[in-house]
Amino acid sequence: MAISVKIMHRPAPETTSYLRAALSGMALTFKHMVNPVKITQQYPEEQTELHPRWRGTHVMETHADGRTKCVACGLCPTVCPANCIRLVGGEDEQGNRYPIVYEIDEFRCIFCGMCQEVCPVEAIHVGRHFENAEYTRDRFIYDLDRLMEQDHPSTLLWDPSDPSSE
Amino acid sequence: MVVKNVTIFTVVLLVVAYTTLAERRVSAWIQDRRGPNRVGPFGLLQPIADGIKNFVKEETLPATASRFFFVLAPILVLVPALVTFAVIPIAAPLPTPVGVVDMIVADVPIGILYVLALSSLAVFGIVLGGWASNNKYAFLGGLRASAQMVSYEVALGLSLIAVLMLSGNVTLPHIVAQQQLGMWYAFPLSLAFILFVISAFAETNRLPFDMPEAESELITGYHTEYSAMKFSAFMIGEFGHMVTASALMATLFLGGWDIPFWTGDNAFWLDGQLVQGFTANGDVILATPTWWKTLLTFGSFSIKTSFFIVFFIWVRWTLPRFRYDQVMALGWKVMLPTSLAYVMLIGGTILFLEEIGMRWGEGYGYGLSLTAVSGAATFAFMFLLDRGRTITGAAAQRAQVVEIKTITQPLTAGNPASMAESATAGD
Repeated sequence: MAISVKIMHRPAPETTSYLRAALSGMALTFKHMVNPVKITQQYPEEQTELHPRWRGTHVMETHADGRTKCVACGLCPTVCPANCIRLVGGEDEQGNRYPIVYEIDEFRCIFCGMCQEVCPVEAIHVGRHFENAEYTRDRFIYDLDRLMEQDHPSTLLWDPSDPSSE
Repeated sequence: MVVKNVTIFTVVLLVVAYTTLAERRVSAWIQDRRGPNRVGPFGLLQPIADGIKNFVKEETLPATASRFFFVLAPILVLVPALVTFAVIPIAAPLPTPVGVVDMIVADVPIGILYVLALSSLAVFGIVLGGWASNNKYAFLGGLRASAQMVSYEVALGLSLIAVLMLSGNVTLPHIVAQQQLGMWYAFPLSLAFILFVISAFAETNRLPFDMPEAESELITGYHTEYSAMKFSAFMIGEFGHMVTASALMATLFLGGWDIPFWTGDNAFWLDGQLVQGFTANGDVILATPTWWKTLLTFGSFSIKTSFFIVFFIWVRWTLPRFRYDQVMALGWKVMLPTSLAYVMLIGGTILFLEEIGMRWGEGYGYGLSLTAVSGAATFAFMFLLDRGRTITGAAAQRAQVVEIKTITQPLTAGNPASMAESATAGD
């Protein structure tokens, strides 16, 4: 077995210089002090541009007349690995299925985006959004109305111009 | 009088508060950050927010602490730091309806002795804080503080001796007047200036001498157990020391409130008269104090003091902390002998110059001769200090060669001795 040993040849005491090193350090810090380019991002005013495939809290798409696009097929609660979607489906007079209860527990959600991937009618989406602060824990269970109200952009699961994400 | 004293005290407290902000902003700039800029315009209300936070926070009192001394310690740190400012003149005399008022809280005849007495009082607060906390880290911090501050007090006092010998008086207004008549003491007493700055860093417990705090070794040293307003009192005390030390350095070595290259602002008391200077044949020129001269000289004083405050902060965020033995070696083996030798040198030079008939303030011959002597002494001091005799360490990056060596010796898991042996053998 070979072993690598890092040997540092320390300078002899007579060859070192505290003063010169200190002065060059002072010059370096002064250069940074007067440098107007700062790396701090002024967060609420300056927003980071989110990646197109960023996965945040969900958005439920609606039809033009305000009805939800969801047809209560039950695929998303089935595929959800965190088991955070609760769906009770119903059927109206014309035989169209619609969700009576549709709740997502955003605490349990792991934002994998599989609900969006599996949805046959492109109703549920994960959104490009991360400012989720609330004052109470029960506000994190998003019901159907809340999901339909979300107006942030939804995630592009793949870039249309680059479908194989290269 | 009362109005003046209250005003000066308020201004000093405000400056101390804004020094905390300056520390945070400048450190941020040095690290390419922006620093606190949320509270008020440019973060100018941040010190007030900090103050409110510290007032409403919970005060903790360790169960095993010695209660009386625990409460006494922050007061003992805070008060001397602020009271020292009383003998520093901040501007030219101001004419008022009740007569010409000196811009100084207390023009006591003992001047610098008062400063020295009070600045050594501060160590009691730190030692008491460390001891009363009944915490080993706090205690170690207090011990370090006492040893360090006592050591550097010596060099501080000895570097002041040179100033006192040159000015011939201990009151600070007189020292300022002497500098107005001749030149700023930073030039004729350059080595005393350097020694004083180094000692001031040690006295105020600022990096690179912040042994008593030393976060990485002692948590935060003597104020480990303090919280809320008592901790804040320690911080205000530290920053107050810093402001006072800056004002003192400006006064002693950079001419105080003197505006350079202009004699119109000069004013000092001589036999009950406010004198601006002397004519060639020794007659006095009376000074005419005006309010705008007071303002201008106060501006000059503020700029010099701010320079030193920023310098303190700049050094803090540049230099790493010394090891404790290095601090002690620097104090006793370098600072003390150097300042002693320098006192001898300056004393001898002054004696010689007086003997050959030169006078301070009559032309620049006297000052320039002293400048030459001090410059030579400073160069010798730097030359000797700069050879790694006192402080060694990670100072010479370029000379440091890293070599990666591969050892093909078979090593077994249960034989760490052979690994250590080969490592040392290769070293």
